[in-house]
Amino acid sequence: MYEVRIHSRGGQGGVTAARLLALAAIRDGKYAVAFPFYGAERRGAPVVSYVRIDDQPIKVYSQIRNPDLILVLDPSVMDVVDVLHGMKQGGRVLLNGPEPRDMKGFPTLAVDLTGIALRERLVVAGSPILNTPVLGALAKMGIITLDSAKAAIREMFSDERNITAADAAYKELNA
Amino acid sequence: MLTVATGNKAVASAVKQACPSVVAAYPITPQTEIVEQIAEFVTSGELKSQYIPVESEHSAMAACIGASITGVRTFTATSSHGLAYMHEMVNWAAGARLPIVMANVNRALGPGWNIWAEHTDAFQERDTGWLQVYVGSVQEAYDATLMAFRIAEHESVLLPVMVNMDGFLLSHSMQPLQSVEVGDFIPPIHLPHAIDTAHPAGYGTLTGPDDYFRLRWDIERSMRDSVAVIRETQDDFAKKFGRKYDLVEEYRCEDADVVVIALGTLGKEAEVAVDLLRKEGHRAGSMRIRWLRPFPHLDLSGRDVVVIDRDYSFGFGGVIARSLAANERATPFSVIAGLGGQEVTYDDIAGFVRDRKPGEEMWFGVNGNV
Repeated sequence: MYEVRIHSRGGQGGVTAARLLALAAIRDGKYAVAFPFYGAERRGAPVVSYVRIDDQPIKVYSQIRNPDLILVLDPSVMDVVDVLHGMKQGGRVLLNGPEPRDMKGFPTLAVDLTGIALRERLVVAGSPILNTPVLGALAKMGIITLDSAKAAIREMFSDERNITAADAAYKELNA
Repeated sequence: MLTVATGNKAVASAVKQACPSVVAAYPITPQTEIVEQIAEFVTSGELKSQYIPVESEHSAMAACIGASITGVRTFTATSSHGLAYMHEMVNWAAGARLPIVMANVNRALGPGWNIWAEHTDAFQERDTGWLQVYVGSVQEAYDATLMAFRIAEHESVLLPVMVNMDGFLLSHSMQPLQSVEVGDFIPPIHLPHAIDTAHPAGYGTLTGPDDYFRLRWDIERSMRDSVAVIRETQDDFAKKFGRKYDLVEEYRCEDADVVVIALGTLGKEAEVAVDLLRKEGHRAGSMRIRWLRPFPHLDLSGRDVVVIDRDYSFGFGGVIARSLAANERATPFSVIAGLGGQEVTYDDIAGFVRDRKPGEEMWFGVNGNV
Protein backbone atom coordinates (compact mmCIF):
# COMPACT_ATOMS: atom_id res chain seq x y z
CA MET A 1 0.00 0.00 0.00
CA TYR A 2 1.31 3.43 -1.00
CA GLU A 3 0.03 6.27 1.19
CA VAL A 4 0.08 9.98 0.40
CA ARG A 5 -0.74 12.95 2.64
CA ILE A 6 -1.45 16.28 0.98
CA HIS A 7 -1.06 19.56 2.86
CA SER A 8 -2.69 22.68 1.50
CA ARG A 9 -5.01 25.49 2.51
CA GLY A 10 -8.78 25.48 2.15
CA GLY A 11 -9.66 26.59 -1.39
CA GLN A 12 -6.33 25.58 -2.96
CA GLY A 13 -7.68 22.34 -4.40
CA GLY A 14 -5.93 19.80 -2.18
CA VAL A 15 -9.04 17.61 -2.09
CA THR A 16 -9.29 17.71 -5.88
CA ALA A 17 -5.58 16.85 -6.14
CA ALA A 18 -6.28 13.77 -4.01
CA ARG A 19 -9.20 12.82 -6.21
CA LEU A 20 -7.19 13.30 -9.42
CA LEU A 21 -4.35 11.16 -8.04
CA ALA A 22 -6.77 8.35 -7.06
CA LEU A 23 -8.46 8.52 -10.46
CA ALA A 24 -5.11 8.37 -12.28
CA ALA A 25 -4.04 5.36 -10.17
CA ILE A 26 -7.30 3.60 -11.05
CA ARG A 27 -6.66 4.34 -14.74
CA ASP A 28 -3.30 2.60 -14.19
CA GLY A 29 -5.29 -0.49 -13.15
CA LYS A 30 -4.69 -0.10 -9.42
CA TYR A 31 -7.07 0.35 -6.50
CA ALA A 32 -7.17 3.79 -4.91
CA VAL A 33 -9.16 5.86 -2.44
CA ALA A 34 -8.97 9.56 -1.65
CA PHE A 35 -10.39 11.18 1.43
CA PRO A 36 -10.19 14.60 3.02
CA PHE A 37 -9.98 15.09 6.75
CA TYR A 38 -13.05 17.13 7.54
CA GLY A 39 -12.82 19.33 10.58
CA ALA A 40 -13.72 22.94 11.12
CA GLU A 41 -11.71 24.11 8.11
CA ARG A 42 -12.50 27.14 6.05
CA ARG A 43 -10.99 28.98 3.13
CA GLY A 44 -7.33 29.70 3.85
CA ALA A 45 -7.01 27.37 6.86
CA PRO A 46 -4.50 24.49 6.68
CA VAL A 47 -6.23 21.30 5.43
CA VAL A 48 -5.10 17.74 4.88
CA SER A 49 -6.26 15.13 2.41
CA TYR A 50 -5.13 11.59 1.86
CA VAL A 51 -4.70 9.04 -0.94
CA ARG A 52 -4.14 5.29 -0.66
CA ILE A 53 -3.01 3.25 -3.67
CA ASP A 54 -2.69 -0.54 -3.69
CA ASP A 55 -2.78 -3.60 -5.94
CA GLN A 56 -5.60 -5.03 -3.76
CA PRO A 57 -9.01 -3.59 -2.83
CA ILE A 58 -8.53 -1.14 0.06
CA LYS A 59 -10.46 -1.87 3.26
CA VAL A 60 -8.67 0.46 5.66
CA TYR A 61 -10.70 3.50 6.68
CA SER A 62 -8.60 4.91 9.51
CA GLN A 63 -6.39 7.95 8.87
CA ILE A 64 -2.96 7.59 7.29
CA ARG A 65 -0.36 7.70 10.06
CA ASN A 66 2.89 6.89 8.26
CA PRO A 67 2.75 8.30 4.73
CA ASP A 68 5.14 7.24 1.96
CA LEU A 69 4.82 10.65 0.34
CA ILE A 70 4.07 14.05 1.79
CA LEU A 71 2.93 16.59 -0.74
CA VAL A 72 2.98 20.23 0.33
CA LEU A 73 0.97 22.39 -2.07
CA ASP A 74 1.41 25.49 0.11
CA PRO A 75 4.78 25.63 1.92
CA SER A 76 3.46 28.40 4.20
CA VAL A 77 1.49 25.75 6.14
CA MET A 78 4.86 24.49 7.40
CA ASP A 79 4.96 27.53 9.72
CA VAL A 80 1.94 26.17 11.60
CA VAL A 81 1.79 22.43 10.83
CA ASP A 82 4.46 19.74 11.33
CA VAL A 83 4.07 18.30 7.82
CA LEU A 84 6.65 15.58 8.51
CA HIS A 85 4.64 14.13 11.40
CA GLY A 86 4.59 10.32 11.19
CA MET A 87 6.71 10.27 8.02
CA LYS A 88 7.63 6.71 7.09
CA GLN A 89 11.31 5.67 7.00
CA GLY A 90 12.33 6.04 3.37
CA GLY A 91 9.44 8.37 2.67
CA ARG A 92 9.70 11.30 0.26
CA VAL A 93 8.56 14.91 0.22
CA LEU A 94 7.31 16.91 -2.76
CA LEU A 95 7.17 20.68 -2.29
CA ASN A 96 5.54 23.36 -4.38
CA GLY A 97 8.38 25.85 -4.82
CA PRO A 98 11.33 26.81 -7.00
CA GLU A 99 13.98 25.09 -4.81
CA PRO A 100 14.05 22.03 -2.53
CA ARG A 101 14.77 22.79 1.09
CA ASP A 102 16.04 20.60 3.89
CA MET A 103 13.20 18.49 5.30
CA LYS A 104 15.06 16.84 8.21
CA GLY A 105 17.05 14.73 5.78
CA PHE A 106 14.07 13.16 3.98
CA PRO A 107 14.52 12.99 0.20
CA THR A 108 12.82 16.15 -1.01
CA LEU A 109 11.88 17.33 -4.47
CA ALA A 110 10.50 20.67 -5.51
CA VAL A 111 8.65 21.98 -8.51
CA ASP A 112 7.28 25.48 -9.00
CA LEU A 113 3.59 24.61 -9.48
CA THR A 114 2.52 28.18 -8.72
CA GLY A 115 4.90 29.52 -11.39
CA ILE A 116 3.62 27.00 -13.94
CA ALA A 117 -0.02 27.84 -13.16
CA LEU A 118 0.61 31.59 -13.50
CA ARG A 119 2.52 31.05 -16.75
CA GLU A 120 -0.39 29.03 -18.16
CA ARG A 121 -2.84 31.59 -16.75
CA LEU A 122 -4.53 28.79 -14.77
CA VAL A 123 -6.05 31.07 -12.16
CA VAL A 124 -9.50 30.80 -10.63
CA ALA A 125 -10.88 33.44 -8.24
CA GLY A 126 -7.38 34.88 -7.86
CA SER A 127 -5.79 31.54 -6.89
CA PRO A 128 -3.37 29.63 -9.14
CA ILE A 129 -4.55 26.08 -9.91
CA LEU A 130 -2.04 23.65 -8.44
CA ASN A 131 -3.87 20.32 -8.54
CA THR A 132 -3.59 19.64 -12.25
CA PRO A 133 0.10 20.51 -12.74
CA VAL A 134 0.99 18.47 -9.64
CA LEU A 135 -0.22 15.32 -11.42
CA GLY A 136 2.62 15.78 -13.90
CA ALA A 137 5.11 15.92 -11.03
CA LEU A 138 3.62 12.80 -9.43
CA ALA A 139 3.92 11.02 -12.78
CA LYS A 140 7.61 12.00 -13.00
CA MET A 141 8.09 10.47 -9.53
CA GLY A 142 6.65 7.19 -10.86
CA ILE A 143 3.56 7.13 -8.64
CA ILE A 144 1.26 7.22 -11.66
CA THR A 145 1.87 7.15 -15.40
CA LEU A 146 1.77 10.41 -17.37
CA ASP A 147 -0.91 8.95 -19.66
CA SER A 148 -3.18 8.18 -16.72
CA ALA A 149 -2.46 11.58 -15.17
CA LYS A 150 -3.67 13.27 -18.36
CA ALA A 151 -6.67 10.92 -18.64
CA ALA A 152 -7.71 11.78 -15.07
CA ILE A 153 -7.34 15.52 -15.70
CA ARG A 154 -9.38 15.30 -18.91
CA GLU A 155 -12.15 13.42 -17.09
CA MET A 156 -12.55 16.29 -14.65
CA PHE A 157 -11.55 19.40 -16.63
CA SER A 158 -12.09 20.40 -20.24
CA ASP A 159 -9.49 23.23 -20.34
CA GLU A 160 -6.40 21.85 -22.14
CA ARG A 161 -4.13 24.31 -20.31
CA ASN A 162 -4.37 21.87 -17.39
CA ILE A 163 -2.67 19.27 -19.60
CA THR A 164 0.01 21.74 -20.72
CA ALA A 165 0.69 22.57 -17.08
CA ALA A 166 0.96 18.89 -16.12
CA ASP A 167 3.42 18.37 -18.98
CA ALA A 168 5.44 21.37 -17.80
CA ALA A 169 5.63 20.03 -14.21
CA TYR A 170 6.68 16.64 -15.57
CA LYS A 171 9.54 18.25 -17.50
CA GLU A 172 10.63 20.67 -14.79
CA LEU A 173 10.79 18.20 -11.88
CA ASN A 174 14.28 16.76 -11.46
CA ALA A 175 13.32 13.33 -10.15
CA MET B 1 -17.96 2.77 -16.53
CA LEU B 2 -15.32 2.70 -13.79
CA THR B 3 -14.84 6.07 -12.17
CA VAL B 4 -14.11 7.65 -8.78
CA ALA B 5 -16.97 8.94 -6.69
CA THR B 6 -17.87 9.88 -3.15
CA GLY B 7 -20.50 7.83 -1.32
CA ASN B 8 -22.90 10.75 -1.65
CA LYS B 9 -22.44 10.99 -5.42
CA ALA B 10 -22.77 7.20 -5.74
CA VAL B 11 -26.15 7.28 -3.97
CA ALA B 12 -27.31 10.20 -6.14
CA SER B 13 -26.28 8.30 -9.30
CA ALA B 14 -28.22 5.22 -8.19
CA VAL B 15 -31.27 7.40 -7.47
CA LYS B 16 -31.00 8.95 -10.92
CA GLN B 17 -31.04 5.48 -12.48
CA ALA B 18 -33.95 4.29 -10.31
CA CYS B 19 -35.80 7.41 -11.46
CA PRO B 20 -38.20 8.18 -8.60
CA SER B 21 -41.19 10.35 -9.57
CA VAL B 22 -40.81 12.46 -6.45
CA VAL B 23 -37.77 13.49 -4.37
CA ALA B 24 -38.33 15.65 -1.29
CA ALA B 25 -35.33 16.36 0.89
CA TYR B 26 -33.66 18.86 3.18
CA PRO B 27 -29.87 19.24 3.25
CA ILE B 28 -27.81 18.39 6.34
CA THR B 29 -24.09 17.67 6.79
CA PRO B 30 -22.76 15.15 5.74
CA GLN B 31 -25.69 14.23 3.45
CA THR B 32 -25.89 17.60 1.62
CA GLU B 33 -24.06 16.46 -1.53
CA ILE B 34 -26.78 13.84 -2.22
CA VAL B 35 -29.48 16.50 -2.23
CA GLU B 36 -27.37 18.96 -4.26
CA GLN B 37 -26.49 16.33 -6.86
CA ILE B 38 -30.09 15.14 -7.29
CA ALA B 39 -31.26 18.76 -7.58
CA GLU B 40 -28.66 19.25 -10.34
CA PHE B 41 -29.86 16.11 -12.15
CA VAL B 42 -33.44 17.43 -12.03
CA THR B 43 -32.40 20.93 -13.17
CA SER B 44 -30.37 19.58 -16.09
CA GLY B 45 -33.20 17.26 -17.12
CA GLU B 46 -31.11 14.09 -16.58
CA LEU B 47 -33.62 13.02 -13.94
CA LYS B 48 -37.29 13.49 -14.70
CA SER B 49 -38.52 13.82 -11.13
CA GLN B 50 -40.65 16.25 -9.22
CA TYR B 51 -38.16 17.75 -6.78
CA ILE B 52 -39.86 19.27 -3.74
CA PRO B 53 -37.67 21.60 -1.68
CA VAL B 54 -39.08 21.52 1.85
CA GLU B 55 -38.49 23.54 5.01
CA SER B 56 -37.66 20.57 7.25
CA GLU B 57 -37.01 16.84 7.37
CA HIS B 58 -40.43 16.25 8.93
CA SER B 59 -41.94 17.85 5.84
CA ALA B 60 -39.59 15.92 3.56
CA MET B 61 -40.92 12.61 4.81
CA ALA B 62 -44.50 13.94 4.86
CA ALA B 63 -44.13 14.95 1.20
CA CYS B 64 -42.74 11.50 0.33
CA ILE B 65 -45.67 9.88 2.15
CA GLY B 66 -48.19 12.02 0.25
CA ALA B 67 -46.52 11.21 -3.06
CA SER B 68 -45.99 7.52 -2.32
CA ILE B 69 -49.63 6.88 -1.48
CA THR B 70 -50.51 7.88 -5.04
CA GLY B 71 -48.46 4.86 -6.15
CA VAL B 72 -45.28 6.52 -7.40
CA ARG B 73 -41.61 5.89 -6.54
CA THR B 74 -40.18 8.27 -3.92
CA PHE B 75 -36.79 9.03 -2.39
CA THR B 76 -35.36 11.19 0.36
CA ALA B 77 -32.07 11.48 2.24
CA THR B 78 -31.09 12.73 5.67
CA SER B 79 -28.74 12.32 8.62
CA SER B 80 -28.65 12.50 12.40
CA HIS B 81 -30.72 15.43 13.69
CA GLY B 82 -32.65 15.46 10.42
CA LEU B 83 -33.67 11.85 10.94
CA ALA B 84 -34.59 12.56 14.55
CA TYR B 85 -36.75 15.51 13.46
CA MET B 86 -38.41 13.21 10.90
CA HIS B 87 -39.15 10.49 13.47
CA GLU B 88 -42.94 10.84 13.63
CA MET B 89 -43.27 10.56 9.86
CA VAL B 90 -40.73 7.70 9.73
CA ASN B 91 -43.24 5.69 11.76
CA TRP B 92 -46.08 6.78 9.51
CA ALA B 93 -44.29 5.70 6.31
CA ALA B 94 -43.92 2.14 7.57
CA GLY B 95 -47.41 1.95 9.12
CA ALA B 96 -48.98 3.17 5.87
CA ARG B 97 -46.98 0.47 4.03
CA LEU B 98 -45.26 2.92 1.69
CA PRO B 99 -42.10 1.68 -0.10
CA ILE B 100 -40.14 4.92 0.31
CA VAL B 101 -36.35 4.67 -0.04
CA MET B 102 -34.21 6.90 2.17
CA ALA B 103 -30.45 7.29 2.36
CA ASN B 104 -29.26 8.08 5.87
CA VAL B 105 -25.68 9.27 6.29
CA ASN B 106 -24.88 8.08 9.79
CA ARG B 107 -23.81 10.88 12.11
CA ALA B 108 -23.74 11.41 15.86
CA LEU B 109 -26.40 13.39 17.70
CA GLY B 110 -25.59 16.50 19.73
CA PRO B 111 -24.72 17.89 22.09
CA GLY B 112 -21.69 17.87 21.98
CA TRP B 113 -22.17 19.08 18.47
CA ASN B 114 -20.60 16.50 16.18
CA ILE B 115 -20.88 15.84 12.45
CA TRP B 116 -18.95 12.54 12.31
CA ALA B 117 -19.95 8.90 11.98
CA GLU B 118 -22.10 7.05 14.51
CA HIS B 119 -24.98 4.59 14.08
CA THR B 120 -27.17 5.74 16.98
CA ASP B 121 -29.18 8.04 14.69
CA ALA B 122 -30.54 5.13 12.61
CA PHE B 123 -30.68 2.71 15.54
CA GLN B 124 -33.20 5.07 17.16
CA GLU B 125 -35.49 4.24 14.21
CA ARG B 126 -35.00 0.48 14.40
CA ASP B 127 -38.48 -0.27 15.84
CA THR B 128 -40.41 1.75 13.22
CA GLY B 129 -40.91 -1.03 10.65
CA TRP B 130 -38.28 0.21 8.18
CA LEU B 131 -35.81 -2.21 6.67
CA GLN B 132 -32.26 -1.02 7.31
CA VAL B 133 -29.07 -1.87 5.43
CA TYR B 134 -25.53 -0.66 6.32
CA VAL B 135 -22.88 -0.44 3.61
CA GLY B 136 -19.10 -0.76 3.75
CA SER B 137 -17.92 0.93 0.55
CA VAL B 138 -18.90 3.54 -2.03
CA GLN B 139 -19.66 0.76 -4.52
CA GLU B 140 -21.91 -0.92 -1.99
CA ALA B 141 -23.73 2.37 -1.30
CA TYR B 142 -24.59 2.56 -5.01
CA ASP B 143 -25.54 -1.12 -5.29
CA ALA B 144 -27.61 -1.12 -2.08
CA THR B 145 -29.54 2.00 -3.17
CA LEU B 146 -30.53 0.36 -6.45
CA MET B 147 -31.58 -2.82 -4.67
CA ALA B 148 -33.48 -0.88 -1.98
CA PHE B 149 -36.13 0.26 -4.48
CA ARG B 150 -36.78 -3.28 -5.72
CA ILE B 151 -36.92 -4.73 -2.18
CA ALA B 152 -39.17 -1.97 -0.77
CA GLU B 153 -41.61 -2.15 -3.68
CA HIS B 154 -41.84 -5.96 -3.76
CA GLU B 155 -45.45 -7.08 -3.18
CA SER B 156 -44.35 -9.29 -0.27
CA VAL B 157 -42.61 -6.37 1.46
CA LEU B 158 -44.20 -2.95 0.80
CA LEU B 159 -42.16 -1.40 3.58
CA PRO B 160 -39.73 1.53 3.41
CA VAL B 161 -35.99 0.88 3.21
CA MET B 162 -33.22 2.97 4.78
CA VAL B 163 -29.74 2.75 3.22
CA ASN B 164 -27.12 3.71 5.82
CA MET B 165 -23.56 4.82 5.18
CA ASP B 166 -20.97 6.20 7.59
CA GLY B 167 -20.68 9.98 7.57
CA PHE B 168 -17.48 11.28 5.91
CA LEU B 169 -15.81 7.83 5.98
CA LEU B 170 -18.08 6.90 3.05
CA SER B 171 -20.13 9.99 2.23
CA HIS B 172 -17.00 12.03 1.42
CA SER B 173 -14.51 9.26 0.63
CA MET B 174 -13.65 8.98 -3.07
CA GLN B 175 -13.48 5.36 -4.18
CA PRO B 176 -13.78 3.35 -7.39
CA LEU B 177 -17.37 3.13 -8.60
CA GLN B 178 -18.52 0.77 -11.34
CA SER B 179 -21.99 1.80 -12.50
CA VAL B 180 -24.41 -0.63 -14.12
CA GLU B 181 -27.07 -0.58 -16.82
CA VAL B 182 -30.15 -1.06 -14.62
CA GLY B 183 -32.39 -2.31 -17.44
CA ASP B 184 -35.38 -4.19 -15.98
CA PHE B 185 -33.65 -4.94 -12.66
CA ILE B 186 -36.13 -2.65 -10.85
CA PRO B 187 -39.64 -3.47 -12.12
CA PRO B 188 -42.22 -0.66 -12.46
CA ILE B 189 -43.78 0.21 -9.12
CA HIS B 190 -47.24 -1.14 -8.34
CA LEU B 191 -48.77 -0.11 -5.04
CA PRO B 192 -51.92 -2.20 -4.49
CA HIS B 193 -53.40 0.30 -2.01
CA ALA B 194 -52.62 3.46 -4.04
CA ILE B 195 -55.30 6.13 -3.85
CA ASP B 196 -57.68 6.05 -6.78
CA THR B 197 -60.39 8.65 -7.32
CA ALA B 198 -62.52 6.00 -9.05
CA HIS B 199 -62.55 4.02 -5.83
CA PRO B 200 -62.55 6.49 -2.93
CA ALA B 201 -61.39 5.10 0.41
CA GLY B 202 -60.33 6.40 3.82
CA TYR B 203 -56.67 6.38 4.83
CA GLY B 204 -55.19 6.72 8.29
CA THR B 205 -58.55 6.67 9.99
CA LEU B 206 -59.10 5.64 13.60
CA THR B 207 -58.20 1.98 14.07
CA GLY B 208 -59.58 0.49 17.25
CA PRO B 209 -58.15 -2.03 19.72
CA ASP B 210 -59.84 -4.87 17.84
CA ASP B 211 -57.93 -4.15 14.61
CA TYR B 212 -54.72 -2.20 15.27
CA PHE B 213 -52.69 -5.27 16.30
CA ARG B 214 -53.56 -6.93 12.97
CA LEU B 215 -51.83 -4.07 11.11
CA ARG B 216 -48.81 -4.42 13.39
CA TRP B 217 -48.66 -8.17 12.81
CA ASP B 218 -48.90 -7.59 9.07
CA ILE B 219 -45.78 -5.38 9.24
CA GLU B 220 -43.93 -8.13 11.09
CA ARG B 221 -45.14 -10.78 8.63
CA SER B 222 -43.78 -8.70 5.74
CA MET B 223 -40.55 -8.04 7.65
CA ARG B 224 -40.09 -11.82 7.95
CA ASP B 225 -41.00 -12.33 4.28
CA SER B 226 -38.49 -9.64 3.32
CA VAL B 227 -35.58 -11.97 4.13
CA ALA B 228 -36.35 -14.10 1.06
CA VAL B 229 -36.92 -10.98 -1.07
CA ILE B 230 -33.57 -9.49 0.00
CA ARG B 231 -31.79 -12.75 -0.82
CA GLU B 232 -33.53 -13.11 -4.17
CA THR B 233 -32.79 -9.47 -5.08
CA GLN B 234 -29.13 -9.73 -4.04
CA ASP B 235 -28.75 -13.02 -5.95
CA ASP B 236 -30.29 -11.52 -9.08
CA PHE B 237 -28.02 -8.48 -8.71
CA ALA B 238 -25.00 -10.81 -8.55
CA LYS B 239 -26.22 -12.70 -11.62
CA LYS B 240 -26.81 -9.54 -13.65
CA PHE B 241 -23.97 -7.31 -12.43
CA GLY B 242 -21.43 -9.66 -10.85
CA ARG B 243 -21.26 -8.27 -7.32
CA LYS B 244 -22.46 -10.62 -4.59
CA TYR B 245 -23.96 -9.55 -1.26
CA ASP B 246 -25.42 -11.40 1.73
CA LEU B 247 -27.32 -10.35 4.85
CA VAL B 248 -24.05 -10.74 6.75
CA GLU B 249 -20.65 -10.60 5.05
CA GLU B 250 -18.43 -13.27 6.59
CA TYR B 251 -14.66 -13.02 6.26
CA ARG B 252 -12.37 -16.00 7.02
CA CYS B 253 -14.96 -17.48 9.39
CA GLU B 254 -14.81 -21.14 8.23
CA ASP B 255 -12.43 -22.35 10.95
CA ALA B 256 -12.54 -19.26 13.18
CA ASP B 257 -12.74 -19.74 16.93
CA VAL B 258 -13.14 -15.98 17.49
CA VAL B 259 -15.20 -13.62 15.36
CA VAL B 260 -15.32 -9.84 15.46
CA ILE B 261 -18.65 -8.30 14.51
CA ALA B 262 -19.26 -4.74 13.33
CA LEU B 263 -21.24 -2.66 10.82
CA GLY B 264 -20.25 -0.32 8.01
CA THR B 265 -16.66 0.83 7.62
CA LEU B 266 -15.64 -0.70 10.96
CA GLY B 267 -16.73 -4.06 9.53
CA LYS B 268 -14.31 -3.51 6.61
CA GLU B 269 -11.48 -2.36 8.87
CA ALA B 270 -12.12 -5.53 10.94
CA GLU B 271 -11.20 -7.64 7.90
CA VAL B 272 -7.75 -6.03 7.89
CA ALA B 273 -7.50 -6.80 11.63
CA VAL B 274 -8.42 -10.43 10.89
CA ASP B 275 -5.58 -10.73 8.35
CA LEU B 276 -3.19 -9.32 10.96
CA LEU B 277 -4.43 -11.72 13.67
CA ARG B 278 -4.20 -14.70 11.31
CA LYS B 279 -0.54 -13.88 10.67
CA GLU B 280 0.00 -13.97 14.44
CA GLY B 281 -1.61 -17.43 14.60
CA HIS B 282 -5.06 -16.46 15.89
CA ARG B 283 -7.94 -18.27 14.17
CA ALA B 284 -9.95 -15.06 13.77
CA GLY B 285 -12.78 -14.17 11.42
CA SER B 286 -15.13 -11.24 11.00
CA MET B 287 -18.83 -10.78 10.32
CA ARG B 288 -20.10 -7.49 8.94
CA ILE B 289 -23.81 -7.19 9.64
CA ARG B 290 -25.37 -5.51 6.57
CA TRP B 291 -29.07 -5.79 7.38
CA LEU B 292 -30.03 -4.54 10.83
CA ARG B 293 -33.74 -5.00 10.05
CA PRO B 294 -34.64 -7.73 9.41
CA PHE B 295 -31.99 -8.74 11.95
CA PRO B 296 -30.04 -11.72 10.61
CA HIS B 297 -29.13 -15.03 12.21
CA LEU B 298 -25.39 -15.37 12.88
CA ASP B 299 -23.66 -18.71 13.40
CA LEU B 300 -21.74 -18.00 16.60
CA SER B 301 -21.92 -21.43 18.26
CA GLY B 302 -18.67 -22.51 19.92
CA ARG B 303 -16.94 -19.23 19.08
CA ASP B 304 -15.70 -16.31 21.10
CA VAL B 305 -17.47 -13.16 20.00
CA VAL B 306 -16.17 -9.59 19.97
CA VAL B 307 -18.78 -6.98 19.04
CA ILE B 308 -17.91 -3.39 18.16
CA ASP B 309 -20.89 -1.09 18.62
CA ARG B 310 -20.66 2.37 17.03
CA ASP B 311 -23.83 3.16 19.00
CA TYR B 312 -25.13 2.96 22.53
CA SER B 313 -28.43 2.48 24.32
CA PHE B 314 -27.93 4.25 27.63
CA GLY B 315 -28.68 2.17 30.70
CA PHE B 316 -28.66 -0.97 28.54
CA GLY B 317 -25.58 -1.49 26.37
CA GLY B 318 -24.25 -1.71 22.84
CA VAL B 319 -27.27 -2.50 20.69
CA ILE B 320 -25.59 -5.15 18.53
CA ALA B 321 -23.87 -6.86 21.47
CA ARG B 322 -27.10 -7.03 23.48
CA SER B 323 -29.10 -8.16 20.41
CA LEU B 324 -26.68 -11.05 19.83
CA ALA B 325 -26.70 -11.94 23.51
CA ALA B 326 -30.48 -12.23 23.28
CA ASN B 327 -30.91 -13.81 19.84
CA GLU B 328 -27.86 -16.05 19.63
CA ARG B 329 -27.20 -16.58 23.35
CA ALA B 330 -23.74 -15.18 22.77
CA THR B 331 -21.54 -13.89 25.60
CA PRO B 332 -19.78 -11.17 23.64
CA PHE B 333 -16.90 -8.95 24.61
CA SER B 334 -18.77 -5.72 23.97
CA VAL B 335 -16.61 -2.86 22.71
CA ILE B 336 -18.10 0.61 22.39
CA ALA B 337 -15.92 2.37 19.81
CA GLY B 338 -16.06 4.89 17.00
CA LEU B 339 -18.69 7.14 18.61
CA GLY B 340 -18.84 10.56 16.97
CA GLY B 341 -16.17 9.54 14.46
CA GLN B 342 -13.64 8.36 17.08
CA GLU B 343 -10.67 6.93 15.18
CA VAL B 344 -10.53 3.11 15.38
CA THR B 345 -7.70 1.42 13.46
CA TYR B 346 -7.26 -2.22 12.48
CA ASP B 347 -4.50 -2.35 15.12
CA ASP B 348 -7.06 -1.26 17.72
CA ILE B 349 -9.51 -3.91 16.53
CA ALA B 350 -6.83 -6.62 16.64
CA GLY B 351 -6.17 -5.48 20.23
CA PHE B 352 -9.86 -5.88 21.13
CA VAL B 353 -9.68 -9.49 19.88
CA ARG B 354 -6.36 -10.35 21.57
CA ASP B 355 -7.41 -8.94 24.94
CA ARG B 356 -11.08 -9.96 24.82
CA LYS B 357 -12.98 -10.49 28.05
CA PRO B 358 -16.20 -12.38 27.19
CA GLY B 359 -19.23 -10.98 28.98
CA GLU B 360 -17.63 -7.61 29.71
CA GLU B 361 -18.17 -4.17 28.19
CA MET B 362 -15.30 -1.83 27.31
CA TRP B 363 -15.55 1.79 26.20
CA PHE B 364 -12.60 2.35 23.89
CA GLY B 365 -10.51 5.28 25.09
CA VAL B 366 -12.43 5.61 28.37
CA ASN B 367 -11.56 2.50 30.39
CA GLY B 368 -8.08 2.66 28.90
CA ASN B 369 -6.97 1.75 25.41
CA VAL B 370 -6.53 -1.98 24.88
